[in-house]
Amino acid sequence: MKKIVVGMGTCGLSAGAQGVYDKLRDLAAGATGACELTISGCIGMCYSEPTVEIRDNGSRVFYGNVTPQRAEKIFRSHAEGDELLAEDEIIYLEKANGTVGGTEAAFMAQQQRVVLRNCGTINPESIEDYENAGGYRGLRKALLEMTSEGIIQEMKDSGLRGRGGAGFPTGLKWSFTAGNEADRKYVVCNADEGDPGAFMDRSVLEGDPHSVIEGMIICGRAIGSDFGYIYCRAEYPLAIHRLNLAIDAAREKGYLGKNILESGFNFDLKIRQGAGAFVCGEETALFASIEGKRGMPRIRPPFPAEKGLWQKPTNNNNVETFANVAWIIDRGAAAYASFGTEKSRGTKVFALAGKISRGGLVEVPMGTSISDLVLDIGGGIKKGGKFKAVQMGGPSGGCIPAALGDTPVDFENIPATGAIMGSGGMVVLDESSCMVEMARFFLEFTQSESCGKCTFCRIGTLRMLEILERITNGEGQPDDIDKLAVLGAQIKEASLCGLGQTAPNPVLTTLRYYRDEYRAHIEDKTCPAGVCSSLVDFHIDPEKCTGCGVCAKNCPVQAISGEPKKVYVIDNSICAKCDRCVTSCSFDAVYKR
Amino acid sequence: MSDNFSFRLWRYEGEPGELIPLLQSAQNHFGYIPRRAIRYISGVSGIPESDIYGVITFYSQFRLRPTGRLLIRACDGTACHVTGSKLIIETIEDELGISVGDTTEDGLFTLNTVACIGCCSLAPVIMVNEETHGNLSPVSLRKLLRKIKRREERTEITASSHSQ
Repeated sequence: MKKIVVGMGTCGLSAGAQGVYDKLRDLAAGATGACELTISGCIGMCYSEPTVEIRDNGSRVFYGNVTPQRAEKIFRSHAEGDELLAEDEIIYLEKANGTVGGTEAAFMAQQQRVVLRNCGTINPESIEDYENAGGYRGLRKALLEMTSEGIIQEMKDSGLRGRGGAGFPTGLKWSFTAGNEADRKYVVCNADEGDPGAFMDRSVLEGDPHSVIEGMIICGRAIGSDFGYIYCRAEYPLAIHRLNLAIDAAREKGYLGKNILESGFNFDLKIRQGAGAFVCGEETALFASIEGKRGMPRIRPPFPAEKGLWQKPTNNNNVETFANVAWIIDRGAAAYASFGTEKSRGTKVFALAGKISRGGLVEVPMGTSISDLVLDIGGGIKKGGKFKAVQMGGPSGGCIPAALGDTPVDFENIPATGAIMGSGGMVVLDESSCMVEMARFFLEFTQSESCGKCTFCRIGTLRMLEILERITNGEGQPDDIDKLAVLGAQIKEASLCGLGQTAPNPVLTTLRYYRDEYRAHIEDKTCPAGVCSSLVDFHIDPEKCTGCGVCAKNCPVQAISGEPKKVYVIDNSICAKCDRCVTSCSFDAVYKR
Repeated sequence: MSDNFSFRLWRYEGEPGELIPLLQSAQNHFGYIPRRAIRYISGVSGIPESDIYGVITFYSQFRLRPTGRLLIRACDGTACHVTGSKLIIETIEDELGISVGDTTEDGLFTLNTVACIGCCSLAPVIMVNEETHGNLSPVSLRKLLRKIKRREERTEITASSHSQ
């Protein structure tokens, strides 16, 4: 029977997937031929959402940017009939014999999907779908055929390193918690995906929640814990909804609860919603938050493996790490270790966003180069722009210039550039991005998210932000660059947790690669990218201006003059650079240079 | 609605660490955390009111003042920032005549910013209550806000004509 699958992740839904689904549901209800309508998480091609897939006898055909009208066309000709739509309308095609095609085939070509194995393929709200795709087979093996030591050894052999950013070997981490005796131990899943620009965890939780749950149960078995928490951002309501459904279904089927699969092992789970604090991505702050306190980090040691949540031995991994576990146990460590580089085994999920043509989610073997990710898979820059840099690791990371595009993405080579692997967010920047402004943006973020415990993080970041603000306002002073470098080094040295230790990274990496841009702002009072409002002039494009006069009405300093139905003009000697003309124009006619 | 609300609806199970879920249910119910909710939680949990206040003010999710019927969360994450979220936020401020953190006089909209809502490939993005809207420009955003406003006014009229 043919299956029609609508991608219903947050990305699909915000692009209008619900309307497409409703249309298809009405059509399917009235149709004579039997076909089944179902949903899936995001396949990764977020830039083509909403997507509709027709599955038939082992072949998969994807259509992108589907509207309810196009959904009807697809339904009539392809789902009900047997006629594929025109070739250029198919974004991805996988025939039963393994051949692939479609306009977006390059996006999928280099991918190796372990974590995303089920995302976009199964219905995340159906535990049967997960089981049919091999789900809970790893758990069965772990509980019935393996010892705790055996599981930990397998994890060590796989070479899996923590995917939250720090890259600590997962098997080793588990062995620490396993080695500490206590009346209670905890498994914690960090789903507080706080790095702006990263959405891997959201997509996994929305598209394949059982894979995370299964990984956590296996971890519980390995370290001797019978209870786990998933700490998930409140900004991810759909992920929380699907996790709740998945936990209930797993309990019903006996994968959670007492005496799981008759093995004598007990394990249960609870979701805790974050309340909006970036610092809670740091594990000791996260524990404080679960305990109901202000999420402030504490000194380590003692490490969580010894004293974590409620002073009990605790193992904390992130979503993506857990999503790898069941696959590794099921297929074996060697299969996993065959991907990637010598020191960074396996695959990594990246969230491509920013000025990139194909923004979405991809999973590639470790060691794939930045250029391959941005140019080949991501299709380069939108609207034919020029690739300038990629920002990795969010506010803790740094900007890597396009000239270093050959850098393999792994735990050795990325830190060497001054950036960090981070959780996998890659925000691509083009020539229209000002690097000083980017640094200011990240500092503003970390400054407001600093919990305030350490002086250098609390006040040092504020001083750095003030300096960056005056530079972008055209009031930079000659010694500002040196001050930033000194302050940055001190904050890294004197902060307790990862937030402060990495907060200066965006500034330090842009100082390293884009010092000229800082100089241009400070010495020449210009912004080469034309971003910093105080340093650019505002103009009206005569081709686009309709002479409606709205900009002139909105200008607070009467800098815009003109007559109705004729092109208006901005007098930059009066202009207050407030952007009101830009935001009020209905024709995109105001530009900055 | 707050008058017929029973505090017992909050599933306080007496276990440690339930403070944040309790505050979340209070906010879900009232739209913000009123003083009497703090007093009540302090009573049942034994946590001093001052500590509860400390937790509330630490987390950006919690509000001590009511919001409008529709909460706009304008994303200012990295991807949205490089695709022009500053202009988007300025446009909302201009269209609604409020600043970030404020509520419109008619009590319809409250504007907040958020660090990232994870829809980076649709940047720039805003959320209006639980609805996400992506790929915005100042022009399309103004249209969207006006559409929402008209929709809300219509439902208000229908609601009041029903009640009569």
